[in-house]
Amino acid sequence: MTALLEVKGARKAFGGVHAVDDCSLNVEEGSITALIGPNGSGKTTLFNLITGYLKADGGEFRFRGRDVTGSDPGALYRQGLTRTFQQARVFPHMSVTENLVVAGAYRWRDLLVPRVLGRDRSRADALLEEFRMTHVAELPASELSYGQRKLLEFAAVLMSEPRLVLLDEPTAGVNPVMIDTMERHIRERHAAGVTFLVVEHDMQFVMRLCDPVVVLDNGKEIFSGPPTEVQQNPLVLDAYLGT
Amino acid sequence: MTGSVHALIQGVVLGILTGGVYALMASGQTLIFGIMKVVNLAQGALVVLAAYLSYTLFTSFGLDPLLTIPLTTVIMFGLGVVIQLVFLRPLKREDSAQLSLLVTFAVALLLEGFMSVVWKTTYRSTNTDYANSSWTLLGIQFTVVRVIAFVLSLIALGLLFLLLNRTKFGRAVRATVQNPMSAELLGVESKRVAALGFGLGAATAAAAGSVYGLLYPFNSGSHYDLISELLSIVVLGGLGSVGGAVIAALIVSTSSAVVATVFSPTWSSFTFFVILILVLVLRPQGLYGTVERGAL
Amino acid sequence: MVRGGVFVAALVALPLLGFEHWVLNLMIFTLMYAAMSSAWNLVGGFAGYPSLGHAAFFGLGAYFVGIWFQHHDVVTGYEPFVILPLAGLIAAVVGFPIAWVAMRTRADVFAIVTITLLFVAQTLAFNLDSLTGGAQGLAMPTPPFELARFEWPFYYAMLWLLLTSMALTYLSMRSKVGLSLDAIRADEDKALGVGVHVQGVKVLAFSVSVALVAMAGGVWAYYETFTYPQFAFDPIITIGMVLMCFLGGRGTLWGPVIGAFILVPGQQYLAYRLGGSQFYLIAYAGVFLLIMLLMPRGILPTIADRLRRRRAIASSSGPPPSSDVPPPSSGAGTNVPVPSGGAA
Repeated sequence: MTALLEVKGARKAFGGVHAVDDCSLNVEEGSITALIGPNGSGKTTLFNLITGYLKADGGEFRFRGRDVTGSDPGALYRQGLTRTFQQARVFPHMSVTENLVVAGAYRWRDLLVPRVLGRDRSRADALLEEFRMTHVAELPASELSYGQRKLLEFAAVLMSEPRLVLLDEPTAGVNPVMIDTMERHIRERHAAGVTFLVVEHDMQFVMRLCDPVVVLDNGKEIFSGPPTEVQQNPLVLDAYLGT
Repeated sequence: MTGSVHALIQGVVLGILTGGVYALMASGQTLIFGIMKVVNLAQGALVVLAAYLSYTLFTSFGLDPLLTIPLTTVIMFGLGVVIQLVFLRPLKREDSAQLSLLVTFAVALLLEGFMSVVWKTTYRSTNTDYANSSWTLLGIQFTVVRVIAFVLSLIALGLLFLLLNRTKFGRAVRATVQNPMSAELLGVESKRVAALGFGLGAATAAAAGSVYGLLYPFNSGSHYDLISELLSIVVLGGLGSVGGAVIAALIVSTSSAVVATVFSPTWSSFTFFVILILVLVLRPQGLYGTVERGAL
Repeated sequence: MVRGGVFVAALVALPLLGFEHWVLNLMIFTLMYAAMSSAWNLVGGFAGYPSLGHAAFFGLGAYFVGIWFQHHDVVTGYEPFVILPLAGLIAAVVGFPIAWVAMRTRADVFAIVTITLLFVAQTLAFNLDSLTGGAQGLAMPTPPFELARFEWPFYYAMLWLLLTSMALTYLSMRSKVGLSLDAIRADEDKALGVGVHVQGVKVLAFSVSVALVAMAGGVWAYYETFTYPQFAFDPIITIGMVLMCFLGGRGTLWGPVIGAFILVPGQQYLAYRLGGSQFYLIAYAGVFLLIMLLMPRGILPTIADRLRRRRAIASSSGPPPSSDVPPPSSGAGTNVPVPSGGAA
């Protein structure tokens, strides 16, 4: 059975620096896969390659069995591959509800339809309730706290009912209570059938939540396995502690 | 040599010679973009202003435009710094990305208005006595001014290269172009680099402008054609790449000149537009630019 | 809403009030610029892509109408108005591929293409003289309207264009087109990442925008009778559109209209007082710079903000929320510096 996401031999260089160097990984459907590695290992670059924000110098990317190498983020989104950003990018002057509706992957023929239709609103309301954000529905997103913005961004990409969500450091800059909240939502969505690929630095978060864990070093994957094995693996220790 | 081959070679020679001047103008423009991420739409107007300055120095004091280049360069450098400080620096962070473009456009218009008031709208040309003489080598005509322009541009570009690669300021500029955040962390004062960088871009316009006045008749409205050509060159070369701008200038200039001599001068003004569209269709980042997809 | 209705009614009634010809003439140009500024707003205000060459399409419309009536007759005098939608359609068709190519990367590159386009259009008009009459200009048949009410058809044509432009703007704001444009303007890459049809919406906005501007050019050609390249493709036309939109407030419905109603009569007055055309270039540029440095969002949003602040203080409910008119922020495709810069 093919994995939901297959990356084969991805390559990306900036000037002389090989940020991603013949890197391969698979994300199995129904998993919460972690992508970790020391600073400079190429995690974010790989993330950007997978989600279409950067064009790879080489390698193959397959999603749901189809070749998506070189696709742009919009095309991937509509096929069910979504991502969040480390800095929680939302549309600051649009209301929370509109932030959700705009991510609803509406079709061309819906363009002339009112901004927020009845059915858009009900879908958005359902998500808002799930994320306990109903009380801020009409506030402009710029007025949310950083943690709330991260939740909003996460909720928004769920509007399109994706198959795979790539989370870029979901716990960065967030307080412990919010980390719990985030974890809970990921688990709930996972139970509902969404696959996750998470880039993270918070090791305890990763150990609790993710299986398998893929470790990157110098642009290459050096380990892929259950969290319990990661900490023992000599290659991984080497990568983090350095030579 | 047969007629059309001759015309072709003449065109190539002409293109390369003029290319030097455009390379100089374009390098200043792309440098400003590299430092500040701002497309300086006033570059053409700065060149024309410099042309007027050297014209005035020539007609009023009899000073040869080539000799007054150091003077005009200093004046224009100062003007560039002032423009950056007065009009660009005060823009607030959120607006600056979009507004800077329009601000430089407004500055261009301001300069155009100013020039048309001071010098009226009659076409001028700095006509030194050597302006019309030419040599003929192997049946190809080399106009003296164009050769001088080319040599001058090479010297100026060489100086620019030395500045960027051998001085502390140049290093700061290159660091800022590559990675503004890291540069700041390493102690580069981005505000100062921005102001001085803009001044430098204006200074290249000065050198180019003196020469431009020798080559072409100009008036206050000439900056439109000029900026259109410069922008196409800068896009072809890749926004921010000085080396790219130089090569692109030669390519665009030569293509235009070849089209002019082989076909007709009227169509040569489209060459740069065609090249611009081709670049955007085939390779939007230009020769040496980076493919950007916004914040990553 | 009510104030808007009154304003429109006043405009409709104006010619009936028996003003002198010069007033109607002024109003024709005011309405023309209001319509064009409103059209420019779709691309420059709502989408966040400042077009600096819209005059190219103005000229396209002018020449289209002029050339059309080299081969067709004007009998009732209203034929040129009937032909306008065709001029708009042609402009949209021409604009579509240009926008497709020019809007692919970033807003600066788009501006570059539009500036260059204007220059190329003007050169074409000069050089294709068998078609356009070159520097000699192109003559339209003289409009056979009675002298006393000569301006009326042109006035109502321009008013119709303005109302159409505003209606389209309003529709866009209230529909998902506007939602998409807001997202694109706020953070284009994020918009792309959440599945917004970024390229399609941008190109749509551009095509509609240039269609409107071309129709204005068509009416203008008929009104002026003679069309010359340097006037039909005059950068001042673009500058006027842009400035008026900025002055009144980009991304708002009434902003461009207010901007036009201030600047066109203002500029006419200055021209009358100061004469020479070159001064008003300095004046335009000066006003432009002042606005961008002091009041970058334009009149309407700034006033709206101040009113909101005053209301909030009056009811002491704490700091007011930011205005619901989004200021054009980091713009399409421009780099927002991010600490990661490459590999993480």
